[in-house]
Amino acid sequence: MAERPEVPRASAIRPYVITRGRTESEGEPLSWESLVMTAEAAFPASLQPEHLAILKHCEGLISVAEVAAHLGQPPSVAQVLLSDLLRWGLIVTRPPIPPAERADVTMLRKVLHGLESCL
Amino acid sequence: MVSKAASETLAEAGPPPAAADGKYLDSNVSGAAKILVVGPLGVGKTTLIGTVSEIEPLSTEASMTRAGARVDPYAGDSGKKTTTVALDFGRLTIDGDLVLYLFGTPGQQRFLPAWRDLAKGALGALALVDSRDLAASFDALDNLEDLDLPFAVAVNVFPSGPRYDADDIRTALDLLPGTPLVTCDARDRASSIRALIALVRHLIHVATEPS
Repeated sequence: MAERPEVPRASAIRPYVITRGRTESEGEPLSWESLVMTAEAAFPASLQPEHLAILKHCEGLISVAEVAAHLGQPPSVAQVLLSDLLRWGLIVTRPPIPPAERADVTMLRKVLHGLESCL
Repeated sequence: MVSKAASETLAEAGPPPAAADGKYLDSNVSGAAKILVVGPLGVGKTTLIGTVSEIEPLSTEASMTRAGARVDPYAGDSGKKTTTVALDFGRLTIDGDLVLYLFGTPGQQRFLPAWRDLAKGALGALALVDSRDLAASFDALDNLEDLDLPFAVAVNVFPSGPRYDADDIRTALDLLPGTPLVTCDARDRASSIRALIALVRHLIHVATEPS
């Protein structure tokens, strides 16, 4: 139960400077638990440093929320930048369980079984 | 329980074992689900998440439009004033191909806007209650009801806290008869997992009962 040490902020730039004032992603926003990963594409040399920084945290499969935490930026900023990268084909995404499937009993049973096997 | 003595010599420990090479998920993981862990400050959300998570809990600051605009005379001009709320989260890979994220969500009413985003697509919520201060959880329970998110209640038992009778807690929190009420020790992994199991059983029940 020890107190966590303060997480150092990765950037002194106000978040929405990085996104050029954009607070919403174009198209359907990625959810916090959406899984992303870099695609097999070469990065164009013209990428913003912020986009390059984010790509460094997506070398394996990882959630949007984790990318934001590693980046030291709010998820809303990571969402905007990741949406750019997705549109440019530089990352791929595995969507979360869509809300419509909240009542998907098969998936819930799988979660239950998984938790029980943790005991 | 295995002694945790090893982990208590922490000064030079560096990253915890699970996080050593565990930043990324296994490539077999094909989908993600999330559960919210809600409750007032200090109730043990981060402790429970850390106990269950396979990675050291991460913290992120969600920004949101200020809900208190109506009481803030300076917020009226743009309606764009934002404030931030710290959220801790962890993850648990299940059955090799599904990852469960646990998001700790502060309970206060003013954080409701941050909840709407997070609650979207969530399977359900575990509401943590402090046995020493039941009233501190009222806001969190109100928010869950407002969002129509199914939940279970876990009383995090603090050694110094009073031991209430389950019926007394149900009455104090005004829980529906079907809402599970369990006790847990957020510092103990099995106990915390059992609280999540109670929630998921409830979610299955809600999903299968004729409405």
